[in-house]
Amino acid sequence: MTSTHRLSLTVNGQAHDCEVEARLTLADCLRDKLDLTGTHLGCEHGVCGACTVVVDGAAVRSCLIFAVQAQGAEIKTVEGLADGDRLSDLQQAFHDNFALQCGFCTPGFLATAEAFLSENPSPTRAEVQSAISGNICRCTGYVSIIDAILETAARRRGEPV
Amino acid sequence: MKPPKFDYFAPTEIADALTLIAEHGEDSRFLAGGQSLVPMLNFRVAAPSALIDLNRVAELQQVRVDDSGDLHLGAMTRTRQIECDPVIGAANPLLQAAASHIAHVQIRNRGTIGGSLAHADPAAELPGIVLVCNALLHIAGPAGKRVVIAEAFFESVFSTALADGELLTEIVFPAWPAARRWAFQEVSRREGDFAMVGIAAWFDTDDDNRITEARLAAIGAGDTPLRLPSAEAALVGNVADAALFADAAQAGIADLQPGSDIHASAEYRREVGGVLVGRVLTQAWERN
Amino acid sequence: MTPPYIGQSVKRLEDQRLLTGTGRYIDDIKLPGMKVMAIFRSPHAHARIRRIDLSAARALPGVTDVFSAHDIDMDLPEIPLRLAPFEGFERFLQRPIAADKVRYVGEPVAVVIAADRYIAEDALDLIGVEFEPLPAVTTVDQAIAGDTLIHEDAGENMGTRYTVARGDTDSAFADAPYTRRERFVTNRHGAVPMETRGLIADFEPDTPLLRLHGATKVNFFNRRHLADAFGLPEDAVELIETDVGGGFGARGELYPEDYLVPIASRRAGCPVKWIEDRRENLTATNHSRDIVCDVEIAATEDGRILGVRATVQGDMGAYIRTNGGVVPSKAAQFLPGPYRVPDFSCDVQFLITNKTPVGTFRGPGRFEVNFCRERLLDMMAKDLGIDSAEIRHRNLMQPAELPYRIGELVPGDADATFDRGNYPSAMNRLLDEAGYDDWKDRQGDIIDGRAHGLGIACFIESSAAGPPESATITIRPDGKVEIRTGASSVGQGTETGLAQICADGLGIDIAAIDVFHGSTTLVETGGGTFHSRNTVMAGNATRIAADTLRDRALDLGALRWNCDRVDLVYEDGAVARSGERLSLADLATFAEARGERLFADALFDNEKKLSYSYGAHAALVAVDVATGIVEVKKYVLTEEIGRALNPAMVQGQAVGGLVQGLGGTFLDHMVYDADGQLLTGSFADYLLPTSDGLPEITAIALEESPSEFNPMGFKGAGEGGIVAVAAAVGNAVSHALAAYDISITELPITPDRLRKALRDTGV
Repeated sequence: MTSTHRLSLTVNGQAHDCEVEARLTLADCLRDKLDLTGTHLGCEHGVCGACTVVVDGAAVRSCLIFAVQAQGAEIKTVEGLADGDRLSDLQQAFHDNFALQCGFCTPGFLATAEAFLSENPSPTRAEVQSAISGNICRCTGYVSIIDAILETAARRRGEPV
Repeated sequence: MKPPKFDYFAPTEIADALTLIAEHGEDSRFLAGGQSLVPMLNFRVAAPSALIDLNRVAELQQVRVDDSGDLHLGAMTRTRQIECDPVIGAANPLLQAAASHIAHVQIRNRGTIGGSLAHADPAAELPGIVLVCNALLHIAGPAGKRVVIAEAFFESVFSTALADGELLTEIVFPAWPAARRWAFQEVSRREGDFAMVGIAAWFDTDDDNRITEARLAAIGAGDTPLRLPSAEAALVGNVADAALFADAAQAGIADLQPGSDIHASAEYRREVGGVLVGRVLTQAWERN
Repeated sequence: MTPPYIGQSVKRLEDQRLLTGTGRYIDDIKLPGMKVMAIFRSPHAHARIRRIDLSAARALPGVTDVFSAHDIDMDLPEIPLRLAPFEGFERFLQRPIAADKVRYVGEPVAVVIAADRYIAEDALDLIGVEFEPLPAVTTVDQAIAGDTLIHEDAGENMGTRYTVARGDTDSAFADAPYTRRERFVTNRHGAVPMETRGLIADFEPDTPLLRLHGATKVNFFNRRHLADAFGLPEDAVELIETDVGGGFGARGELYPEDYLVPIASRRAGCPVKWIEDRRENLTATNHSRDIVCDVEIAATEDGRILGVRATVQGDMGAYIRTNGGVVPSKAAQFLPGPYRVPDFSCDVQFLITNKTPVGTFRGPGRFEVNFCRERLLDMMAKDLGIDSAEIRHRNLMQPAELPYRIGELVPGDADATFDRGNYPSAMNRLLDEAGYDDWKDRQGDIIDGRAHGLGIACFIESSAAGPPESATITIRPDGKVEIRTGASSVGQGTETGLAQICADGLGIDIAAIDVFHGSTTLVETGGGTFHSRNTVMAGNATRIAADTLRDRALDLGALRWNCDRVDLVYEDGAVARSGERLSLADLATFAEARGERLFADALFDNEKKLSYSYGAHAALVAVDVATGIVEVKKYVLTEEIGRALNPAMVQGQAVGGLVQGLGGTFLDHMVYDADGQLLTGSFADYLLPTSDGLPEITAIALEESPSEFNPMGFKGAGEGGIVAVAAAVGNAVSHALAAYDISITELPITPDRLRKALRDTGV
């Protein structure tokens, strides 16, 4: 039945070419073909948000997109946030606020938060709470994650934290 | 939970999409936002032989308001756009408000109105809105084009008037008077979950606050979204006030045909559906 | 950050790799030549296996091998009991793969080894199994009735049954002025960590070497049993711990897959990876809770408890696995809680049903019975016209009554003793923070259209059970300090905590320290991570190792300088004498030149003297009576933890536990139908708490009563946040709806159930 498809996509600013079966999800393409294992699979049915990445500026479930659909797309994953060893401001805020414990859901939260803050740079606490309600964390209880996102927003606006 | 094999096509024209689906027959499916279909593939409860990806058909993504004020949404319009686009919000604020209840932002970034309508989940918001707004569903297929009114589109659970090989191309919402009262409320277990029951309503009044026209629809209360004619009948011709809304709520319960599942019983949906009718009408009245 | 580190919210060492996506979870590991495994699992809850046809699956291109029980050329052992191995359980143990019968949906029946998971699942679709379905036993009552036997040879579906007691409940109840009896039902739910389970086995029988990646929690115990199962010497088995995406009690126990993945590797002659997907996880990983408690209280007219007697029935699922009878046994043991209950008896029953087996989940048994007891106390308070806080004041044990030997409330555990503490103080702090006095006369008030209620609950919780724990500290010549421990990390910040202790113990900068944990290749032996024991056990082991290492440093310094030890002091990471210093790096270099290493081993054994944390919870709820929707507006908890190693991490445990507890109260529920099919087999139906509906949270760690049973005074702080949530919320909702005579006795609390109860009273 299936043939493979040639695929070109840009991930964290780097161009990649590969050949994939149509059914290979974007999540599995990132993890297995491109060795970017920072994006995690928590459910593969679009509920938990651990696999969230940013595709052409929008936070999406990479377990619900086939890699072939991402042809030509610009994808940002957790691996693209830090500058070498230097954490991004959002990552630093997560660190400062103890917004992670086991870390498995964290890449999905970071992607969701980055996309959210680029659309809403001055969110209220309630808006942040709603924005992350599609990402499940079993460890932290969310409060520190919300704190970290608000702190980042304030920093980016040049406000004291 | 990996999907089974399928052939994949990504046409850029509607005509090609129709040709492809006809060629690959019964086992092939259109792929819209994928937020409902891909989980089904991952669970292997669906195993289409071919997926015809509509995400590159530009013609299906057009959004415009015509000279009459009717809102035209291409079937592949993302629900996130419906939630956020001021043009859409001005043309139909009820639609925009309901869209923000759909799942979560990551789902809305991919999910489409056409996909939601074709999937026809009885608890989904957009089918309810399309019904309450009396929208027209434009369809293209092997036999050519046709238009189906919302009321005739939803047939049963996950089942619509779309025939094999047909494609939803556009949804047209009638113009929305600025003075119209409207509201949408649903109850769900958590934010973003499917509604246990939800009510969408709008009504127009004359200078004496007498209701001239009203439409209500319920989601999660039947095999399809349901109009509430008994509630509508209770409203039209009467002066809008709390007592009237309570009567309409009581009347509307008779129109509900809910089932039970592990999240809510039929009794719950019927009862709370009635409560929401009252609350939605009150909220609509208190807007402005 | 500057020392001392203990007691400071030191930022986590683990974060750099986890935040940058460079953590190494089991699915991130790829070994050369590795194949992938998938498991064909029973679709039936109870059935005989008539025929297995693997031919089509075997023929699929990309498939290396497919096997079932009949193809395995070794005696498959029973998965052992690790905890609470009560007599009778030996009849209900599970073998790693079903041979002629399946007993729960999800039980392994066949295994596929293929090039990747996509192909492996294609092969699963080609496996043909002919089942002869049998009636499913899906309730405790059906299990007791025994019309269908799940393990025929056992002759019953009762795993075991015993009674525990202290004092004399017969006389306590005989003339009691007040008694009340209620039945409480708690929901089957479970750990459901964000990362599903996974293993990579690399089995070289000729070496021999079995290396198992993805192990955690109790690696040394598991190694012993796997070595035995495969006829290998223990040192030929290595259990390697990777980064772990949460455990909460369910991950790391011995499961069928711990045997099947090595078997697959041996058959395939290459490493084999198995990653559980979420659908599997919900049926294949231990469930928990699911206790029915029939409890009766006897008291004086002014609400002083005379006695409590109860029956606890645990639905254990189809087999008894490694956690044995922990859940119901701890339920019985913690039912009296921190209260003065001189006479107590409990009949504990362990029922076998056609469901996923039950194991531990954060606060096992406690979450359930705290709900039962605290609800019953509030019912008693209402009956007697006594305020909820006041009734607790009257019954909480006072400091002068502690330590208190609680009696043999778990068979074989006769010495359990609540240590010194001040329960009323922790409750008073809670009442103060929660504004209890403002609310106690406003219970049931309608505010913004909703009925409000404030519920409180007290708890006591144990920690640090189990065998001794190890730590080795080694100084490298370049100055890096390495801690190796047999304790595991499941994400709770073990590396950071131990580094803090080591840094203070050695007087060095924490940045110099690397921590390696869990893998059996690191240390000789280890106790593992469960029952919130890491800080106590591994923490103290680390401290002892640091003390020993300072001593060695002084010895080395004396050698190096050819002087008397007494002339030297150890300070700030160096051995010193007037003006001269030898850093640990210098000493390690010196040691290396002598062909030695500068290191110290330690083992900490608390001799089974558990530490007891305690405290209280309060929940303020608003109930929309017309829809049954409950909002938890505010949540306050106090938890006496002895000594906070890292306050921010302690807070993280409390808040994380609390939110999991809210899930267990309102959302999480494993629902089975009458055929034993799991209706909540995906995240669409099994609901976990999200950021939606988060209350305003105040979690207060108290450090008033350091543990006497370990030198550093720590108590475990991993479970206090969860154990009283259903209790406090159940009481809050009952207060809010008292006017309608609604009394919560069942979990979860759902809008549908609330509306039904309200409808039944005519609202």
